Amino acid sequence: MGKGRAFWGRGYLHPSFTFCSPSARILVLNKGEDPQVSSSTLQSNIALPDKREITTTPRLSDRIFRGVVTGGGLSSLVILGLILIFLAYEGYNTLKAQGIHFFTGSKWAATTGANGHVDFKASHFGIAAMLIGTLICATIAVLIGVPIAVSASIFLTFYAPQAVKKLAVTVIDLMAAFPSILFGLWGYFVLDPIGVYWAKLIHKYFNWIPIFQMPAGPYFDRSPLIAGLILAVMIIPIVTSISREIFAQTPLDRIQAAYALGGTKWAMIKNVAFPYARSGVVGGTMLALGRAMGETVAVYTVLNIVYQINWHILLGAGGNVASMILLQFGDASQEEVKALMAAGLVLFAMTLIVNSIANLIVNRSVKGRS
Amino acid sequence: MTTVAPVKNFDDVKPQTPWSASMRDRQMTLGLVIAAVVTSFVIVGITPMKGKLAYFVIFFAALLALDYTYSRLKFGKAAGVDSFFKTLFTVAICITVLPIVSILWSVWQRGHKGLHWTLFTQNMKQADFTGPVGQGGLIHAIIGTLIIIAIAVVISVPIGILTAIYLTEIRGRFSRPIAFLVQAMSGVPSIVAGLFILAAIVYPLTRHFNGFEGSIALAILMIPTVARTSEEVLRLIPEDLREAGLALGGTQWRSVALIVIPAARSGLFTAIILGVARIIGETAPIVLLTGGANVMNINPFSGTMESLPLYIWTGLLAGTPESFTRAWAGILILLALVIILFTGARYLGSKKAAN
Amino acid sequence: MTDEANNDITNENNGEEKAMETKNNSSLASVSAARAAKVGESRVGTGAIGVGLEARGVHAWFGQKHALANVSMDFWPGTVTALIGPSGCGKSTFLRTLNRMHEFIPGAAMAGEVLLNGDDIYAPGTDVTKIRLKVGMVFQKPNPFPSMTIEENVLAGLKLAQLKVENKNELLEECLTRAGLWNEVKDRLKSHGGALSGGQQQRLCIARSLAVRPQVLLMDEPCSALDPGSTLKIEETIGHLADSVTIIIVTHNMQQAARVSDNTAFFLSDGGPGQMIESGPTNEIFSRPKDERTENYVTGRFG
Repeated sequence: MGKGRAFWGRGYLHPSFTFCSPSARILVLNKGEDPQVSSSTLQSNIALPDKREITTTPRLSDRIFRGVVTGGGLSSLVILGLILIFLAYEGYNTLKAQGIHFFTGSKWAATTGANGHVDFKASHFGIAAMLIGTLICATIAVLIGVPIAVSASIFLTFYAPQAVKKLAVTVIDLMAAFPSILFGLWGYFVLDPIGVYWAKLIHKYFNWIPIFQMPAGPYFDRSPLIAGLILAVMIIPIVTSISREIFAQTPLDRIQAAYALGGTKWAMIKNVAFPYARSGVVGGTMLALGRAMGETVAVYTVLNIVYQINWHILLGAGGNVASMILLQFGDASQEEVKALMAAGLVLFAMTLIVNSIANLIVNRSVKGRS
Repeated sequence: MTTVAPVKNFDDVKPQTPWSASMRDRQMTLGLVIAAVVTSFVIVGITPMKGKLAYFVIFFAALLALDYTYSRLKFGKAAGVDSFFKTLFTVAICITVLPIVSILWSVWQRGHKGLHWTLFTQNMKQADFTGPVGQGGLIHAIIGTLIIIAIAVVISVPIGILTAIYLTEIRGRFSRPIAFLVQAMSGVPSIVAGLFILAAIVYPLTRHFNGFEGSIALAILMIPTVARTSEEVLRLIPEDLREAGLALGGTQWRSVALIVIPAARSGLFTAIILGVARIIGETAPIVLLTGGANVMNINPFSGTMESLPLYIWTGLLAGTPESFTRAWAGILILLALVIILFTGARYLGSKKAAN
Repeated sequence: MTDEANNDITNENNGEEKAMETKNNSSLASVSAARAAKVGESRVGTGAIGVGLEARGVHAWFGQKHALANVSMDFWPGTVTALIGPSGCGKSTFLRTLNRMHEFIPGAAMAGEVLLNGDDIYAPGTDVTKIRLKVGMVFQKPNPFPSMTIEENVLAGLKLAQLKVENKNELLEECLTRAGLWNEVKDRLKSHGGALSGGQQQRLCIARSLAVRPQVLLMDEPCSALDPGSTLKIEETIGHLADSVTIIIVTHNMQQAARVSDNTAFFLSDGGPGQMIESGPTNEIFSRPKDERTENYVTGRFG
């Protein structure tokens, strides 16, 4: 007991600790002392044995299984690699012959040489107008679509009653499954007239801003603005879906802390939900950007392809790389198609980079959640 | 002094929710909406702004302003801002849903005029796209689509499911690269897939267009969807199931094939259905690789083949009101197929959840 | 203190010997008596300003489940009240009805009244955010905002409720001092809240809830996720705070209740809704409980 008493003063666990139920453990301390947990009583002077290496020889059937499955799994690597190789191989001549002109020129006209074959050096293959057009349309789509989509996802996560939420989510997911030709048709017949009307309004009131000016025409029909609008409609379901999933994972304890401090719902969203979801939403936006950059049919119907760089988004002239390829393919000879392959290679590289960055951001935001 | 609570019967106490919107709150909201509508009409009347757009924009702006003012006067600045954003987010969901409604409505309104029984019995051999709508049909397009999709499924489903199995069962050292690549592959534009098959198969090997080449391109687009959804589904299978199989002395492949896969069966069907929905409307690879035809062609390895997306595409490009109607009828059928597939996937998904 | 400390060592155990039980009972009582002696009777039941917070016939439901029935209690200014009882008998639910956090659970419903300075906080047309400024809450698991620095965390309440304060630094120092954290963090106010230990985070959360100057502070098992050293520091903090803030603390730990509270209420559920069985000065609850069930609980016959 004497020894026990001496230990009291230093804050030692009472021996009856071992009989305690988990719900009550009392540590008596003198004021101002930190608890000292007694160090392990394992006084081992013996060396620990070496860890055994656990191995197994898989059966033949399993080895085959693993081989087949691994092969299937690597197929995506193989396919992507093959795409890269074949497009590069076919497009190489064009790129080599045109050089930097491929990226800076806007004209697209094949010149047939004396030998009857396409002379890649003399021809003009330039995708500058299409590259700019791709960027413009995708940017408009993101600027219009992402705020709407994020706002809608906030509504669905934090404001919607259950029944409304279920219905809205089903409808929005259905829209994400619509084929792009449907958006092409609807865009051309329904959205275009409305878009032209809006464009005229914008032009009337805002034509002191350069991009809203009309240098020729006026041609309001099938402009980059309208293409951007239809792309916005296409990406809203994707961004809404991703954002909704992320916002739904906002940690409940932080939300409750914000409310308990007297915050309104908006104050909670601004100070807790946004900081949490920011990187995930950015990732989702980039995925949508990738989709908008690669969209073919919808842009084809809704944007008038003109081989000239056009910054005036209300003017009915523009194009993106994908729709240009589709347009030119109809008339192109097999050799000219090689030039289109080069364009396809550039498109492939662009979307691959944007998508990879997006996926990295989304993965990191989902994994690093505490 | 200590008090002991009396024992009572509580049957007469009714649960209430005093925080939910009372009748008075609802009336107030309705009043604000009506006030905003009135404001919108008034302003449109007295200023040169015209048109449906003007009504809607002013209505939303008025609603936001009225909501903010009312809440601010009642409870202060923080409440006003809160009200403002609540209305803003509600407006956003309305804007989001609006195009969907418009699309569905347009498809029906413009497409049902082109619906007639011969659509499902005739092809376009005798008729012209620009001819009267009652002539000709798209049965060849439907059959073509079915054949192309079927081949694409046969190619992509094994690869997709094997990929998913690799990621969830084997979890080897390629897992992170493969997962990353599958995600990257889902971003490949459809026209790039088409160009790839042109360069890899059509130009060097076959030198002509057929349905099979289109199927391969579509398979490339389908694999990521199948792989990702299958992976999600397989991850949901509890680990004990796998361990039970192994503990019984089974090899890994037997455990996977005979226990895990059957357990995930409906989820895997969902993955396939979602993959089909993804590619059923893809036009660009078809235009590049499969072309179209006026008659039925059931041989995917020889000759061009008509399909629904191409039928619609042709109708659009032909440029006359009749051909447009044909295109809308085609998209109506295509959309019906997509909705059926989507509903099927949802149904399977919810059945699995119930299990 | 050592002799008394010896006596304080207790354990809650079924089937312990009666000698142990008597020892438990008397030791809890002695702790609460010691506290009452230290604090003085004057603070218990100071009705000078009127009853700050009153619950009248409060019931709570989760959907169909009747979780809490007919709780009526007064919480006088300047007192610390502990709510004790086994798990699942509605203590936390009751706590959450006091600052209108109960309504966030889908399917929640309630009945009865909660009066803050005489006004029912559930009356129609009440601004619930103002209520929560007056009735603050500290949670079981410390939840500082990880994207904010320590300074921003403490002042977060002002930002969330859009309150204006002339001297932010003064308020910052005051709240951190009252929470017992100032000395430890005064040099690193700009560093992130997540870098602190569990006990420090919880004190940060206390400081954060003090910044909006609440009248009442609700604490839902604030020490259960913490190590014993931090627990004692927080109990010290509670002791200092009780002068200016009415404190209501839910705790599973009877010794804690005995150490920190002036009044105690015992909750119990017999399979039906949880009810408050008995309430009164802590001293009496632990030494001379009126109800047999209370006595069984505080002597450790079940729990």
